[in-house]
Order: sequence, then structure tokens, then C-alpha cells
Amino acid sequence: MSDRKGDDARLPPLLLLHPEDNIVVARRDIAAGERVELDGEGFTMPASIELGHKLARRAIAAEARVLKYGAPIGSMKIAVARGEHVHMHNLRSDYIPSTTREGSDGN
Amino acid sequence: MRGWPRKDGRKGIRNVVAVAYLVECAHHVSRLIVQKSGADDVHLIGFPGCYPNKYALEMMKRLCTHPNVGAVLLVSLGCESFNREELRRYVHASGRPVDLLVIQQSGGTTRTLNAGLDIVKKMRAQLALQATVPMALNELVIGTVCGGSDGTSGITANPAVGRCFDWLIENDAACIFEETGELIGCERIMASRAVTPELGREIEACVEKAANYYRIMGYGSFAPGNAEGGLTTLEEKSMGAYSKSGSSPISGLIKPGDIPPRGGLYLLDVVPDGEPRFGFPNISDNAEIVELIACGSHLVLFTTGRGSVVGSAISPVIKVCANPDTYERMSEDMDVNAGRILHGAELDDVGREIYELVQKLAAGEPSKSETLGHQEFILTYKQFEPIGPACLPAA
Repeated sequence: MSDRKGDDARLPPLLLLHPEDNIVVARRDIAAGERVELDGEGFTMPASIELGHKLARRAIAAEARVLKYGAPIGSMKIAVARGEHVHMHNLRSDYIPSTTREGSDGN
Repeated sequence: MRGWPRKDGRKGIRNVVAVAYLVECAHHVSRLIVQKSGADDVHLIGFPGCYPNKYALEMMKRLCTHPNVGAVLLVSLGCESFNREELRRYVHASGRPVDLLVIQQSGGTTRTLNAGLDIVKKMRAQLALQATVPMALNELVIGTVCGGSDGTSGITANPAVGRCFDWLIENDAACIFEETGELIGCERIMASRAVTPELGREIEACVEKAANYYRIMGYGSFAPGNAEGGLTTLEEKSMGAYSKSGSSPISGLIKPGDIPPRGGLYLLDVVPDGEPRFGFPNISDNAEIVELIACGSHLVLFTTGRGSVVGSAISPVIKVCANPDTYERMSEDMDVNAGRILHGAELDDVGREIYELVQKLAAGEPSKSETLGHQEFILTYKQFEPIGPACLPAA
């Protein structure tokens, strides 16, 4: 674990997994207001995001397919702006609805 | 690496005594025998149901004659429908010491316990005299499963296991990945990796069967913790899980209890055939692990993002932790910290660590879950048709 903190500072906090993706993934927890690089441009985080969660790489329209690893992972329920958190509240499965302890994602 | 040679030509990397209850009513007595034996190489397995089930009988036959099992004690209550004599004959024919206790005939809990402890003691003494022989990579069967996946799983631990699988397969080991219900959305990509077009069509059909089954159950294989960890949809989870398979061609499609005929990559179809009945295909991670073991897996590579602690009866489990924060919280339970890939480590280096750890375990080193005494086991009702001729292309 000796490389942990030192390397964190140099590594970009947002990961693009495939060139065709329209989302990026948080490599670590990122705080609201933190300045990050999003798709080659500076961006100020509007809200905090946890490790492993997704952000819109650019604006995505309602009903558009979301691509991760270059593959479709569902469709947008509503449009999102660049840098917005993409998760249960705005993305739905094209196969079987996801469930939370409170119930399904409603699609 | 070294193994205990078995009559069927396979070799075991462990030499355990399996104590098997044949109905839930015999579970407590069986557990007491395992606990009071005081030995960590005495493992508890069993089937809880009183109604007959062909799948359960076949699974118990495979598990009781798994290469890691050296001897078997069957514990029956006496009135359940499980075909205990057929299972006993099958284990006996495999060349293993086997014994059967029927609680109603033995005279209750304490008498059965004492008889069981005597039998296990003698079996362990017999097994202690058995010599090991050298074992090569092409004699290994390795399974992989994921549990408690999160947004890091598909970036770190799963592709690292995929690299390990590629190297194992280059050396002619058999590698098995599974849970077709967690590969929904990957069916076309997966079919394109099949060694024949016929197998590709079988793979697409088995994922469609899974999607239909889960739709009828009303839930996909997606837990609240998956969402808390950043995964949103079933197909997103699938894409991450799929990367455990690496990049080798897919040699065959097998069902629980089918043993890969030779080295290569195999997809295990765990979703029952026919009209959905008996509930969810795999009610928890250990149900998948048990099926991988029934297919002959000597050990299982378990990737986790949220953090699982489980091991298994019969075969060791290596836990590969995808999430660096989870690793820090639960390092006691984790064999590999794949989350360090997010901090700059190379995927190949983590894959290499897993590959080397597989060989160390096959040489006798214990995994974290073995050391901690994890021996989870679960087996429930299912039904399967035999695999079709297109599933295992001829050599």
C-alpha cells in the first residue's frame, strides 16, 4: 500500500473506460467543489461522488443509451447535464429493473 | 503443486472427509460430528429437502466424489426420500472409504454422534497414510464467481481474474465462469467467442432462458449493495462480471455437475430448464460456488467489491478484492488487493499474483477463508435437462 496516497495525487480522479463511453467512473471519492478534468477540460464538481459511481461525460438526452466499457448498460429516464451523477434516479435497465431495499427503480 | 490421486484419474489439492446430511433433520447431528471432530479437514455438506430431486442426488454424487474429498460419511434421518444407498454405492465405486449412519436406526442424537466421531477418526487416520503425487497446471479445474460487486469490480478484480484465466488456459487448465443470469446483456459478445457457431447459438439461448427465468421471478440478480457501490443496471453489472472470463475462446457450455472434458474456458449454465419452479436459480453466492465445485473446481476465485467473507466446504476460495477502500476495511478476509489497480498498479501484475496464488494453494498453502474456518455450503432444489450435443464440440 506504499503507493497509495502518493499516486492518488497524480492519477486523474475520473476514469474513461472506453473511447465510445458517454460516462466516466470515479476512481476515488471526490468532494463537491473539487476541480477535476472531465473529458479533457477542467470541471468543478457540483456534488460529491463516491468511488465506483458514474458521471455524464457530456450531456445525455432522455431515452439515450448509456455506454460503459463500450457496451450499452441501459437508457436514460431523463436528460442529464455534463458532469451529473448517472445512477438509479436517471438510468434504467433495458432488461430487468434494478431493485433497492425500498423497491424497484420504477421502470 | 501436488495432489492426491483418485481412481478416476483426477487429483485433489485437499484430502478432506465430507460429512453429508441427507435431509435437514440430520443436519444438527452431522454438524456436531464435524465440530466435535475438532479437525479443519472434516467438512459439512448436505441437502435439506425431504422430497426427491434428481439434481440434488447428482450434485451430491459429484460433490462426494470430488477430487478434494478423500472419504465420506453419510448421515440420514431414515425416513427421507433421498436415495442414500445409491449415493453410498456411487461413492464406494469411486474407491473412497464411505460409511452411512441412519439416526433412527442408530438410536438418536448422541449414539449417532459417537458412532460418527469414531468413523471420522478412522477415516482421517486412513487418509493420513495416503501419499501425494506431483500435479501439473493442465490437471487443474478453476472456477470463478463474483459476489457483492460494485463499480470497481469490472475495472480491477474481474479483469485481473480474466488475465489469470488466460494464462491458466494457455497451460491447458480448465476454467469455468458462470451465472448466466449475471451475463444478461453480454450474450452476443459472448457468443462471438464460442469455438463453433452452434455453441454460440446455445450460449445466446441459455442467456435468454436466464432473462426469462429472472423476469418471472420478478427480480434480476441485482442487490441493493450493488447500487450503493455505483452499479445501476443488471447489464452494467453483467459487463463487469463478464470480464472475469478473460479473452480465451469459449470451448463449451456445461451445466452443474458436468466436468470439463479437457482444458479451456467453459461457461456454466446455472439456470434451471423447463418452466420456472423452486424459486430463484441461485439464492446466494455459495450456491454458485457449490455448483462450480460440483463441476470439479479444485479452487474458486471469488471477486468482491463490497466485501464478502465466505469460503466453502470441499474447495478453497481465493478472495480478490476489487475496491481499495473495502480492502483496507476487510484485509483479514482478502487474499488479493486488486483495488490497487485504481492507485496505479498494473492489471497484469495483479493477474500474475492471482495466478501464482492458485499454484501456491495447489501446493498446500491455505487461503484466508480456509484459515478463518469458512466452510459455507448450500444446496437447494433445481431441475436440468442434459446439455445438448452442440455444447461440447468434439476434439
